[in-house]
Amino acid sequence: MTSADTSPASPVTAPDAATRLSDILWRRPRLLIALLIGPPLAWLGIVYLGALFALLAQSFFSIDEFSGQIRYELTLSTYAELFRAYNLDIILRTVAMAASVTVAAAIVAFPIAYYAARYATGRWKAIFYLGIMLPLWSSYLVKVYAWKLILAKEGILGWLFETLHLTWLLEAYLAIPGIGGNSLSVSWTGTFLVFLYVWLPFMILPVQAALERVPPSMLEASGDLGARPGQTLRHVLIPLALPGIIAGSIFTFSLTLGDYIVPQIVGTSARMIGQAVYQYQGTAGNIPLAAAFAVVPILIMAVYLWIAKRKGAFDAL
Amino acid sequence: MRSDRAPLGLKVAAIAGLLFLHLPILLIFVYAFTTEDRSYQWPPPGLTTQWFAVTWNRPDVWEALSLSVRVASISTVIALILGTLAAAAVSRTRFFGRETISLLVILPIALPGIITGISLRSAFNLADIPFSFWTIVLGHATFCVVVVYNNAVARFRRTSGSLVEASMDLGATGFQTFRHVILPNIATALLAGGMLAFALSFDEVIVTTFTAGQQQTLPIWMLEELVRPRQRPVTNVVAMVVVLVTFLPILAAYYLTRGTDTVAGSGK
Repeated sequence: MTSADTSPASPVTAPDAATRLSDILWRRPRLLIALLIGPPLAWLGIVYLGALFALLAQSFFSIDEFSGQIRYELTLSTYAELFRAYNLDIILRTVAMAASVTVAAAIVAFPIAYYAARYATGRWKAIFYLGIMLPLWSSYLVKVYAWKLILAKEGILGWLFETLHLTWLLEAYLAIPGIGGNSLSVSWTGTFLVFLYVWLPFMILPVQAALERVPPSMLEASGDLGARPGQTLRHVLIPLALPGIIAGSIFTFSLTLGDYIVPQIVGTSARMIGQAVYQYQGTAGNIPLAAAFAVVPILIMAVYLWIAKRKGAFDAL
Repeated sequence: MRSDRAPLGLKVAAIAGLLFLHLPILLIFVYAFTTEDRSYQWPPPGLTTQWFAVTWNRPDVWEALSLSVRVASISTVIALILGTLAAAAVSRTRFFGRETISLLVILPIALPGIITGISLRSAFNLADIPFSFWTIVLGHATFCVVVVYNNAVARFRRTSGSLVEASMDLGATGFQTFRHVILPNIATALLAGGMLAFALSFDEVIVTTFTAGQQQTLPIWMLEELVRPRQRPVTNVVAMVVVLVTFLPILAAYYLTRGTDTVAGSGK
């Protein structure tokens, strides 16, 4: 122990180094803060932001069409390439997927979150909590793999339709152009289902947090004033849950925008932004275009976060 | 008032939602025992435990597992240090740029993983850093900081400042206060944050594909098998083991942070 323990009895002993340092830090809280925040700030600033800027800088370079070498001159021509029809298609397709996954996740998540927040007590509360946390944290690849098993032609879903003598229904559905395909595992619907599955817990948690803050008396008041349950839901519950839904949508939207593994494993040959980035930087060796493509989700998310902040979504996180 | 009984429709929708979240994972467990090794046939034509032995004798699986565990351990240690420091600074005082720090910590998981990955890769390229064990750790630690930070900030917020003041009033130095008052208070939150960081790193694939070069972590091994299936039964077994391995830290983290909603030292 240091002199602090004995100081009342022997006030004249000189304090040791640790005590002196502690005193200096106590007298200068700013120095303490600087020492605390220094290492994490340095790490994130250098490793993360540094890398991010390195990427952004590359998007202003271009690639020489003949030699395939990167030309280190500032230009906007790489960004202009994003507006070519096939690249624009990729962006629109990805945004449409992200939007539909987000809407579906909100619809599926709401009853789970509402039940967990309002009705589950005791043991059921724990079951719901773990029931949401375990899928959230369990391996992303394993979850995608599970769906590959489910959606395969010979898999459990096909078997289920066959057992119920509904194979014709599945085939009729798969014949619809755009969302269908040879089997569910190579269809747009398959990609959508897997996205919905892997990101759903990210939507449930913030919605649940928002719903837990709604006082039950408010719902009772709504009922007392003559609102039917549907009206209470629409005019009281959903507006109060909205910050939570927006907070959840940040995750579902952002994660779908940047993912390249789900559409690669379950889906059609039509690419999404993540796959385009991956291919341009990898096999194609066109780092500037990959970087420019990567800027698209950053911009979309910046706008999204700005709107979310104005709606108060960050308080629900 | 019927407020304490849920409407039937809500109950059904909630339970159906939970089943939707869990049945696919349970399916993996059945597939680990199937005798079928060429397709994803359901129902399995027969059950066997032979694939466990086959997987056990696969050196590539062991190498990938070992790399994943080493990366996750080191990344967790780095994330614990950086996350706790940042949380301590942010929760102590209001200072200029506080919001910016929070945003900076959250950014690596708020932005799509592919952006973190490709950023790091292009930075490594520009700086001529060859891929190694440490390039993987660099990426992982960056996005693991946030889970430690979140857990620690929540606990700091619930630890009453008067505890620290009382300790200082009684003559403890800043270091003694940290060792005997602050650390016991935040220990379980750090343990929980560390376990989640470990699970996050152990499972990460998107950033890792950009920072690993030729090295294979377990998720990368699985990704290869998913894209070009070679031995489906081995993949099934590995998938099942991964599920079990990630469940344990999550359960532990849950029990460690349970019942910490009350503010410590607020006069119980």
